[in-house]
Amino acid sequence: MSEIQLVELTVNGERHDLAIEPRRTLVDVLRHDIGLTGTHVGCEHGICGACTVLVDGAPVRACLVFAAQVEDADIRTVESLAEPDGTLSDLQREFSAHHGLQCGFCTPGFLMLAEGFLAERPDATKEEIREVVASNLCRCTGYQTIVEAVDACAARRRSG
Amino acid sequence: MKPAAFTYHRARSVSGAVGLLAELGDDAKVIAGGQSLVAMMNFRLARPEHLIDIARIPGLDTIVREGDALRVGALVTHHAVETADLGPDFRVLSEAMRWVGHLPIRTRGTVGGSIAHADATAEWCLLAVLLDARIVVEGPAGRRSIPAEEFFQGVFTTALEPDELIVEVEFPRPAPRATLTEFAERQGDFAIVAAAVDPDAPRVVLGGVAQVPLRVPAAEAVLAAGVAVAEVGEAAAAAIDVRDEPGASAHYRRALTRTLVTRACEEARTR
Ligand SMILES: Cc1cc2nc3c(=O)[nH]c(=O)nc-3n(C[C@H](O)[C@H](O)[C@H](O)COP(=O)(O)OP(=O)(O)OC[C@H]3O[C@@H](n4cnc5c(N)ncnc54)[C@H](O)[C@@H]3O)c2cc1C
Ligand code: FES
Ligand code: FES
Repeated sequence: MSEIQLVELTVNGERHDLAIEPRRTLVDVLRHDIGLTGTHVGCEHGICGACTVLVDGAPVRACLVFAAQVEDADIRTVESLAEPDGTLSDLQREFSAHHGLQCGFCTPGFLMLAEGFLAERPDATKEEIREVVASNLCRCTGYQTIVEAVDACAARRRSG
Repeated sequence: MKPAAFTYHRARSVSGAVGLLAELGDDAKVIAGGQSLVAMMNFRLARPEHLIDIARIPGLDTIVREGDALRVGALVTHHAVETADLGPDFRVLSEAMRWVGHLPIRTRGTVGGSIAHADATAEWCLLAVLLDARIVVEGPAGRRSIPAEEFFQGVFTTALEPDELIVEVEFPRPAPRATLTEFAERQGDFAIVAAAVDPDAPRVVLGGVAQVPLRVPAAEAVLAAGVAVAEVGEAAAAAIDVRDEPGASAHYRRALTRTLVTRACEEARTR
């Protein structure tokens, strides 16, 4: 009983027409059908946040969404952050400068979480940033450097 | 793991969704935000053959103040409530949302989904009992409205019929002094114990100590008497029937109940 359904997704501004099984989650479609492997997958039940992407600007767990549910939505992945020539975004540069990553497995999820959060709350305090950073898991950094990186990015954006 | 195969349906109206539920029977499940259901499907704890996506049904995502009452549509997300300005009368709803999972869960998870899922520690289930909410559901025979205390019947069990859809949750009265607090081992986890109080009702409701959100009349009587708040916590801790379980002993749950009820009452008194 593996029905195929036509699903139209807009990822990083580009349209993709896909013939997929409805049970395909967004994270699997991004990685396997579209080939955008920047979005990682860890737990597949919403705990780790490695799969976090933006759907219409809001951070969501791509492992807890079927691709069919987000037709017509504007989906953004970590691949959208850097310039086409590879120049890193301000947020990515702050992660690098503050050692907000070590192995890097969690990094795409944290970047998209922070990108979505700061867009909605550009004036976020460090405490609010700390609470949001608690959404995702990192086994390497101890989180402090991630909080510093996001806070530095917010401060730099505010100072224009 | 990956979910089992299913057929995907997109409902355009409440009657359309109800019609599909009636037609497809036990093999069908509704999906709203998917923040409980997809996780269960990934584990194959749920394997519906048909999934009816209700997320695009128009009109179910609004919050409307009508006289004393606040009507919250089933598709309103936790995050929409968190960021809404509900005024002093219903601020407890916005404030409680920070306890529901994490931001990326709250951007998709819905009020109706939480109530239908009926986890006995879920903040929405506690709030519904605390504020005497009515759960408005629609089925093939039309609409009915169920008091929250009758709606929650047991572990993940509710008064909802398989062919009914929750369309709205109605909070009938302002609760400017109501508060909710809880304790979990990690920020964002489901609570071990959650406590909600409304001194004006008066109501004391606990999560994590019974199969459903539990009203504690003995503690409500003490709260109504207006004595020291610590006595309300003491009365709640004495009234509950908890057992030792892996991860939390009865002693620990009782201690958390005492502390959290007292804390919630203290917060309520500052308002
Ligand atoms: C990591 C993590 C942490 C979480 N932490 C918390 C927490 O601390 N507190 C908490 O309360 N929740 C928590 N949740 C669950 C979250 O709040 C869910 O959003 C909520 O339980 C379900 O809402 P949903 O819209 O996602 O429903 P879905 O997952 O789409 O559906 C859940 C169930 O409800 C049914 N349903 C959905 N909508 C309707 C409707 N309108 N009418 C009838 N039936 C319906 C579905 O058929 C299904 O059985 C957490 C989830 C995750 C993944
Ligand atoms: S893979 Fe999605 S939250 Fe872990
Ligand atoms: S950098 Fe290794 S898990 Fe976060």
